[in-house]
Amino acid sequence: MEEVDVEPAVTNIPAASSGTHLGFAWGPGDILVYETLYKASGKCTGSGDIHEVRKDEDIYSPILRKLFNESHHIFVGLQTIREDLPSKNKKPQFVSISKNYRSVIRACMEELQQVVSILLAIELIWNLCEVLFIDAAPAGSLLLHLLDWVRLHKADVDEKAREVLQSESPAEHRDYWDVVVSYVLQGRLEEARQMLVKQATLQPAARKMYKQMDTLNISPGGTQTLTEFDVKWRHWHEEVDRCLQDNSFASNKHLELICKILVGDEDTLLEHKDLLSTWYHFLVTRLLFCHPTVKPTELHYYAQSCLTMFLDSRSVPEPLDSILLAAFEFDIHQVIKDCSIALNNWWFVAHLTDLLDHCKLLQSHNLHFGSNLREFLLLEYASGLFTHHSLWQLAVDYFDHCPEFGRVYLELQIERVPLDTERKALKVLRICEQRQMSEQVRSICKIMAMRALRNNRLGSALSWSIRAKDAAFATLISERFLQDYCARGTFSDLDLIDNLGPAMLLSDRLTFLGKYREFHKLYGEKRFREASKLLLSLMTAKIAPRSFWMTLLTDALPLLEQKEVSHHIQLIYSRLNCLCVSISHLDNVVHCSLHFSAYL
Amino acid sequence: MFVARSIAADHKDLIHDVSYDFHGRRMATCSSDQSVKVWDKSENGEWHCTASWKTHSGSVWRVTWAHPEFGQVLASCSFDRTAAVWEEIVGESNDKQRGLSHWIKRTTLVDSRTSVTDVKFAPKHMGLMLTTCSADGVVRIYEAPDVMNLSQWSLQHEISCKLSCSCISWNPSSSRAHPAMFAVGSDDSNVTYGGKVQIYEYNENTRKYAKAETLMTVTDAVHDIAFAPNLGRSFHVLAIATKDVRIFKLVPMRKESTSTGPTKFEVQIVAQFDNHNSQVWRVSWNITSTLLASSGDDGCVRLWKANYMDNWKCTGILKGDGSPLTGSSGQPTAMSTVVGSSVQTSQNALNGMSAGRIGKRAPFAPPLRQLTSPKINQHPAYY
Repeated sequence: MEEVDVEPAVTNIPAASSGTHLGFAWGPGDILVYETLYKASGKCTGSGDIHEVRKDEDIYSPILRKLFNESHHIFVGLQTIREDLPSKNKKPQFVSISKNYRSVIRACMEELQQVVSILLAIELIWNLCEVLFIDAAPAGSLLLHLLDWVRLHKADVDEKAREVLQSESPAEHRDYWDVVVSYVLQGRLEEARQMLVKQATLQPAARKMYKQMDTLNISPGGTQTLTEFDVKWRHWHEEVDRCLQDNSFASNKHLELICKILVGDEDTLLEHKDLLSTWYHFLVTRLLFCHPTVKPTELHYYAQSCLTMFLDSRSVPEPLDSILLAAFEFDIHQVIKDCSIALNNWWFVAHLTDLLDHCKLLQSHNLHFGSNLREFLLLEYASGLFTHHSLWQLAVDYFDHCPEFGRVYLELQIERVPLDTERKALKVLRICEQRQMSEQVRSICKIMAMRALRNNRLGSALSWSIRAKDAAFATLISERFLQDYCARGTFSDLDLIDNLGPAMLLSDRLTFLGKYREFHKLYGEKRFREASKLLLSLMTAKIAPRSFWMTLLTDALPLLEQKEVSHHIQLIYSRLNCLCVSISHLDNVVHCSLHFSAYL
Repeated sequence: MFVARSIAADHKDLIHDVSYDFHGRRMATCSSDQSVKVWDKSENGEWHCTASWKTHSGSVWRVTWAHPEFGQVLASCSFDRTAAVWEEIVGESNDKQRGLSHWIKRTTLVDSRTSVTDVKFAPKHMGLMLTTCSADGVVRIYEAPDVMNLSQWSLQHEISCKLSCSCISWNPSSSRAHPAMFAVGSDDSNVTYGGKVQIYEYNENTRKYAKAETLMTVTDAVHDIAFAPNLGRSFHVLAIATKDVRIFKLVPMRKESTSTGPTKFEVQIVAQFDNHNSQVWRVSWNITSTLLASSGDDGCVRLWKANYMDNWKCTGILKGDGSPLTGSSGQPTAMSTVVGSSVQTSQNALNGMSAGRIGKRAPFAPPLRQLTSPKINQHPAYY
C-alpha cells in the first residue's frame, strides 16, 4: 500500500508587499499571521494587518453541530457494548449502530440541502462499508444488499415514475420507457411489470415479456440454498436467452432491449450509461444479471472491470471512485486513508474507524497499529471539537475512550478552556474532579482565585483558594480580610467566613480569621464568658498574627467591664505580660497594660 | 485554510512578535515602534485594542504572557538591552466602560550588556520564573519569590553559553521523571564553532543548571527553538529553525546510580525539511504538539504534521500574496473584518472548498448528471 502524495494546499495571505517574512502565533483553533522581517533592515512606515487564519472545516455550522451531538450519543453507546458477549450477539448490535449513524447523516441531509452532496457521498460510502464489512453479507444476500444500496442512492427513478403515472396516458409519456428500463436495471422487476401492464393492454407482445418477468421474480436468499437458487437462475437465464435468440421480441425494440438487459448483455448495459449514471450501478446490475451468486472475495474483479468499462478513456477516476473500489477490494485501511485525504473533516473517518475497530475488523488486517489508528483519528476529531465554545464538552467523552493518550490530551486541552463565567469554570472543574485530574483542578481554582483577588472580590477569592487547597493563597486573602477589618471596622463576606467549617483548617491565618469572626459574633450575642474564653485561646494558641495583637488588646478592653469575665481577663493580662516582652511596639503595650492593671 | 478576519494592528513600525495568552482570549503585539499593544477578543470574535504603551527605548523583539495563575502579567525584551515585566491594573470603572486597561511596569531587568533577544517564562510548576537570553551569550534566570509582589525579582542563575544567543525554550513537561530543562539556540554564523543548540538541565544537588547536551549536527545559525508539549512521553521533542526546519528526539539514557552529572541523551533526528529553501526564522508547536508551524525567508508559513506512523509531511502553506488588503492600509480604525477569500456557504462545511485556493475543485459527490469532472486538489486531512 503506497503513500498517495498529495501536495499541500496553499492559502494566500493578503500582504502589503512582497519580500517580507510572515510571523505567526498559534491560537485555539486558529493561527495568527502577520508581516514582519526577521533580519535587520531599514525602517518601515507602519505595520500591516494581523490575520486570523482558520482551517476550512466549519464546525460552527449549526447543522453540523447536530451531527456532532447526535453521533456523540451513538459513540458513547458503542463503547459500552460488553466485550464478553459472543460475536454472533454483537453483530446485530453493530449493524444497528451503523444504521443509527447513517440515519443521523440522513437527518442532517434533510435539514441542509446544500451540504447534501457531501453527506450523500459519506452515506454512500458508509452504507457500502456496512454491507461489506460490518454486516459481512455472504454470497447470495450480498447481491440483495448491493441492490438495496444502489436503489437507496438513485432516488430520481421514483420521481420520474410518479410523473409518468400521473400523466394522462402513461404508456405514451416520453419518459415511460426510461422508467421501465431503470426499474429493470435496478432489479425492481415487480415495479417494472406494473409499468408494463400499461403497455400490455396496448400490445400483445408485451404480455409475453410480462410473463417472462414473472418467472424472474426469483431472488437469492429466502428458504432456498445458494445452490438451489443458482440452478433455478441458470435455467431462467437460458430461457431468457432463448427468447432473445428466437426473436420473440423482435417486433418491439423496447422489449427486446429489456430482454437483452435481463440476459446481462454488456454492450446494452453500457448503452444506457445515462440511466445507470454511475459505474457502481453498472456493476451491481451486471452482477444481478450475470453473476447473482457472486462471492464477496470475487467482487473486486468485477468492480475494477466495470469501472474501466464505464469510464471512457478520457475521464479519470475521482476520489469517490477510488474509495468505493478500495471497499470492494476489502482494503479497509485504504478506504480510511482515501477518505481522510478526500474529506478534511475528521468526523467521518473517526466514527467509521471506531466502529470498524469494535467489529475487530482493523485487527484482522496485517497491521499492528489497528487500534492506534482508531485512537489517532478520534484524538484528531476530538481536538478539533475542543476549540468550540460549547462542543468541547462532547470531546471529553471521546478522550475518555482513548486509552493511550486520551487522558493527557484532555489534561492539556481542558486547561485552556476559557473560564468566562463562574458557571463555566464550575463545569470544567466538575469534569476534572470526576477524573481525578487534581493538578488541573488546582490550577483552575487558582486562576479563578487570582482573578477574584485582582478585582477585590475577597470572598470569591477565598472560596476559590479553599477549593484549590492553596494554603499560601488562603493565608494571603485572610490577611487582606483582616487588614480590611482594621481599616473599616467590619468584615465583608460574612456568610462565607461564618460557614467555613473544616476548610478553616487549611491555613493558620484562615483559622484565625474564622475564629476571630466567631469572637465578634459571641460578643454581639452578649455571650461574654464564651467570647473572652475564645479570645484567650486565640492568644494562647499563637495563631494570632503579631500585627493583630494591638487589635486583640483593644477588643479585650470592653470585656473588662463585664464582671463575670474578670478571671479570664486576668489571664489575658498575664498572657500579655508574657507576650509583650518580645513586641517591638513595647511602649504601646506598656500603656495598654497599665490601663489593664487599673482594672484589677 | 482561509483568512477569517484581519485586524488593523496599527503599529507605527514592523511587528516582531504576537503572543496569545493562555486561554486564547487576549493577545499582545510588540514592534520596532518600541511599544506593546494588548488586544482583547470579544464574545462575537472581534479584537479590540485595550492598551497601547511605550515599553522600551529600542525595538521590542518579543513579548510573552505569564501563566494566568500569576495574574495578568507580560514580559517584553528589547534591543535597548533590557527586559521588563508588566502587570495589568484593574482600572477605574469609567476606564472599564471605555474598554481600556492599564499596564504598569513592575521591574526592569538591566543585567544584559547587549540586545536581549528572547524572553520566556519557565513552566508554572517552577514558580514565577523569567528567562532572558542576549546577544552577549548569557542566559539569565530570574525569580519572583513573592507572587503578589512583582517588583521583586532576583537573578538566580547566570549562564554563559559562549556564543551569541537568539532564542530559548523551556521543556514544558512537569513530570518528576526528569529535572527542569531548557534549550538555547545561537545565531552565531561561524560554522567552525560547533553545535548551535545547547540543552541545560537543573541539578538538585548543586542547585545549578549544567549543560547536558550540545547538538553538534546543528552548525548553522539558529533563529528559533521550541520544545514540544510532552504528552506523557519518556522522550523529548525539540524543533529548530535554522537553515532548514529540524525536529530532534532526545531520549534520556539510563543514569548510573553513582552518576551526579546531567542526563545523557541519545539524540535522533526525526525530520528535516528544507522546503523553505532559505533561512527558517520561527518554529512553534500547537497546543497538542500535533502540528508544527515554521516561517522562512521565502515569505511563507508552513505547517507540518506527523501521521500515526510518525511520518512527517507538510500539510499546508500560508503565503503572502504581495497585494494589500483593500481599505485597511494605514487606516487607524479599530477593525476591518474581512471574511477572507472564501464564501462561507454551508457547502464548505465538510468539504472545505475555498475560492481563494489555487486550482479548480469538483464536488466530492456521486455525480447526479455529469459523468466526468476535473480532479480535485484538496487540503488533506493527513492521518
